[in-house]
Amino acid sequence: MDGSAIKRALSMMNERGSGEGAGYVAYGAYPEYEDCYALHVFFDNIHETKRTLEAMLEQWGHIVHDERIRTYDQPNLRTVHIPWRYFFKPYAGLMAHSTSPEDDIVSQIVMKINTAHTGALIYSSGKNVGVFKAAGWPEEVADFYRIEDYEGYIWLAHNRYPTNTPGWWGGAHPFNLLDWSVVHNGEITSYGTNRRYIESYGYICTMFTDTEVVAYLMDHLVRKQNLDADLAVRALAPPFWDDIDRMPEKEQDLNRALRLAYGPAMMNGPFAIVVANHEMMVGFTDRIKLRPLVVGEHGDRLYISSEEAAIRAMDPNVERISMPPAGKPIIGRVAR
Amino acid sequence: MTIGSLPLRYKISIDRERCMECERCIDNCSYGVFRREGDRILVDSRKCTACHRCIAMCPRDAITLEECPCDYRSHPLWTRQAREAIYNQANSGKIILSGMGNAQDYPVIFDRLVLDACQVTNPSIDPLREPMEVRTYIGKKPSRIEVMRKENGDVELATTVAPNLQAETPIMIGHMSYGAISLNAQLSMARAVAETGTFMGTGEGGLHSRLYPYQEHMIVQVASGRFGVDIDYLERGSAIEIKIGQGAKPGIGGHLPGEKVCMDVSCTRMIPLGSDAISPAPHHDIYSIEDLAQLVRSLKEATEWKKPVFVKIAAVHNAAAIAAGIARSSADAIVIDGFRGGTGAAPRVFRDHVGIPIEAAVASVDAKLRSQGIRNEVSLIASGGIRESADVAKAIALGADAVYIGTAALVAMGCRVCGSCYRNLCPWGIATQEERLVQRLDPEVASHQVANLIKAWTLELAELMGAAGINSIESLRGNRDRLRGYMLDESLMSVLDVKQVGA
Amino acid sequence: MGKNVTIDAKGMHYTPLNRMIRQAVAEGSEEIVLENVLGQRFIANGLRGEATITVHGVPGGDLCMFMSGPTCVVHGNADHAPGNTMNDGKVVIHGSAGDAVAHSMRGGTVFVRDNIGYRGGIHMKQYDEKRPILVVGKNAQSFLGEYMAGGLLIVLGMDGSTYTGRGVGSGIHGGEIIIRGDVDESLLGVGATKLPLTDDDRMRIAPVIREFAEAFGLDPEPLINAEYTRIIPASSRPFAGKYTWE
Repeated sequence: MDGSAIKRALSMMNERGSGEGAGYVAYGAYPEYEDCYALHVFFDNIHETKRTLEAMLEQWGHIVHDERIRTYDQPNLRTVHIPWRYFFKPYAGLMAHSTSPEDDIVSQIVMKINTAHTGALIYSSGKNVGVFKAAGWPEEVADFYRIEDYEGYIWLAHNRYPTNTPGWWGGAHPFNLLDWSVVHNGEITSYGTNRRYIESYGYICTMFTDTEVVAYLMDHLVRKQNLDADLAVRALAPPFWDDIDRMPEKEQDLNRALRLAYGPAMMNGPFAIVVANHEMMVGFTDRIKLRPLVVGEHGDRLYISSEEAAIRAMDPNVERISMPPAGKPIIGRVAR
Repeated sequence: MTIGSLPLRYKISIDRERCMECERCIDNCSYGVFRREGDRILVDSRKCTACHRCIAMCPRDAITLEECPCDYRSHPLWTRQAREAIYNQANSGKIILSGMGNAQDYPVIFDRLVLDACQVTNPSIDPLREPMEVRTYIGKKPSRIEVMRKENGDVELATTVAPNLQAETPIMIGHMSYGAISLNAQLSMARAVAETGTFMGTGEGGLHSRLYPYQEHMIVQVASGRFGVDIDYLERGSAIEIKIGQGAKPGIGGHLPGEKVCMDVSCTRMIPLGSDAISPAPHHDIYSIEDLAQLVRSLKEATEWKKPVFVKIAAVHNAAAIAAGIARSSADAIVIDGFRGGTGAAPRVFRDHVGIPIEAAVASVDAKLRSQGIRNEVSLIASGGIRESADVAKAIALGADAVYIGTAALVAMGCRVCGSCYRNLCPWGIATQEERLVQRLDPEVASHQVANLIKAWTLELAELMGAAGINSIESLRGNRDRLRGYMLDESLMSVLDVKQVGA
Repeated sequence: MGKNVTIDAKGMHYTPLNRMIRQAVAEGSEEIVLENVLGQRFIANGLRGEATITVHGVPGGDLCMFMSGPTCVVHGNADHAPGNTMNDGKVVIHGSAGDAVAHSMRGGTVFVRDNIGYRGGIHMKQYDEKRPILVVGKNAQSFLGEYMAGGLLIVLGMDGSTYTGRGVGSGIHGGEIIIRGDVDESLLGVGATKLPLTDDDRMRIAPVIREFAEAFGLDPEPLINAEYTRIIPASSRPFAGKYTWE
């Protein structure tokens, strides 16, 4: 499906935003380069920092193709960055002692570039996936990139009401690292704990916002800790102790162990989150349901949104609408 | 007598119009301040320790106490304490021992940290109506979870999780030994922790048989003196704590004055009646970090790996690296005791000058363990100078899993922090083994007071968490973003990893 | 399992080894023989009962720590701190042992046929009938019986050597240390004082020496009748004079 439907859906929820940030992510955006990591970069200018970045990429791998991301000027959208994309193949042999050397190389490059504050920001780094975001209203951002020109089999989109870093393109959602993308409504009150936890495993939070930590937590729990997505979500939004105490013994053991092992990854505060990777999309809310989340189903399509209206804007004939209980993950897997 | 007598520390006055000569003050003062001569009650203020027992027991509010009624010539450097210590040592040539915690006027870091609350961007949570989880598990956590997926789709845990203590509040009571405090004081606290679902330490004086009913809530201590340590004792405890050091006196051993070694204490410690119970400065089977690991494993081996083993160290300069070493042993929890920690008896020079504040120690230990990716595998307990629920919240936000309180629990039983614990004359029946004084402390009453304190602090902690939009203690732990430093210098804020107010 | 059990400890970790020992005791074994012991720590750690454990080889540190009842016979040298915080029972070492032998021992007996290292018998305790005993056949190194709060420590000097370590009984406030020959005044630790061994003392220690001699197949009489120095606390509060109160 192309990006026109999700643009329509997101526009339904303009009341939730402030016109200072919106974004889209499409899985399946680059079938012609599906073996390459698609790095989307915001350059402040292309004279100073582009060469530094490219030198680093050449050091760790091979740039198969690169180009300026096509954009179309919008009257109310001030272009403060130049978006660029690289299709990159890392040399796996350069990262010894790793079970996922290519991912580790790319992740490390992202952390290095984004912490160096040199006027380059890598905001999208997965294979066959692309994030498109900027500071503006959803329609403006969509038109800026002509989002309807992109095809995807999973789409996430977000409309921002910033408090912390208004106007900063990097601060708009979705946040992405490698295969993981996140959109988030709310504020994570446990961010200080989550960030310190995830940073002890080599991730570095660079976006001045709480949401990026979710992408890193998912990457850590699923890729490094080998948890299935549903267990990863349970680690992030676990059942209450008194609920665990009432479970059958084996279930208690599992849930208690998850909370003990991943307590610092647990997220607190109001949130409704959708995370995606190339094979699934997972939506969940905080444990006491402080943010809305509506789920729609139609055949093999799954929709997750803050409002039903947005789902119906995409698919007027949606078959089932439901509101999942707090903390329960809604998982949609890509049909093969 | 070239020095002569020193000015009074305290002056007791009796309002003769209010006094009805009931003699309760005479009965209650174990230091002998009051006596009756004819129809008057006379006062010897020099014997007073400011324990307030007479004031608390006077039915007519006839007694008042004044501190330092006679001034020295004021001098910012040559304080009263400095001068009096010199007079004392000029006369005696000895090391000065003192009771209670650090009495030096260092700034309290807790008082320069402020907590956060939610406004608009996220909602505060009302702990009266919505879930608020303060339950804390103390012990080794798995570094990762392995599961088995069964054919029917069920998931089962494949990882073996080491035994953890399940505390219903992150507030525990630290180790104060039988000997240092009375059996009634220990009993009161034991009932209180059983009632509130938390734990207390036995200290190094063994576990008296009257505490057996509460043993599931007791952490037994193995200190360098090994007093009262045998296999029964180790098996009775819910956990075992190796005491390496104490915040009030880092680098030196315990010192229970012979005055407090009565028959019962002599029995539980297996030392001669009336002898000083001196714990060696080091454990003589631990001269390096690998020896510590050996003792940890020896204790686990003796108890068949069923008990969590804690290691307690005094907060010293290198606490972070030491803690990282401890975390690599088989230890389940690390206790850091800050330099404000209390004591029954410590050399004054140690009490006031050795060690570092708990706030900085916890922050640096937490950071060090995180930098090595092992923070969550071991529990961190902060102690030494926790005075109120806000201190608990701040300690946890700086990185502790739980806290030990000590002096606060004694204060809940009536202690007035007079600091004369070493004299065995505690008129509140707490830091004494004198039967007539011990009888004054009724465990029935005192246990309620201690339980009340723990409950009240836990309620306040829940309120503070709720205001910060956090409904589980895990999300407060190490969440330094929810703290700000007020009038702290930049270097200390970088150690604490907190921003200044307004930032 | 029968009354006698033999366990081949070759290459085994101490945890399964101890588990097997515990199980054997639980199943009523009276004699447990461990073959090929090499460096396994904590053998018979915290063990209760009456069994006899015979160790062939060199056990690791903290042998019989917290043990309460059994007998452990070692054919070989022992490492660091055998009998550490032992409560009851008997350890017989046909060889030498390392530092801190019988550390904080509370009861029972440790016999070492040959030599022991530094700080033997440190902080041994005593109460009523619980009186730990450490007997060393040959000699011991410095700080013997440091902090001693009770118990009996005997150094037999069977090899004709004299005690030359320093700080004997440093901080001793209970119990007694008996050493073959004379101990120079300069070797006494803080708070220790020496006395000649009286006939009454000799009568008192004779049964202990006989038991020791029997354990190793020695003639007890020359040992009983030798010259000894007895070292005891000068006071039960050796450090009381060091402190004053605030």
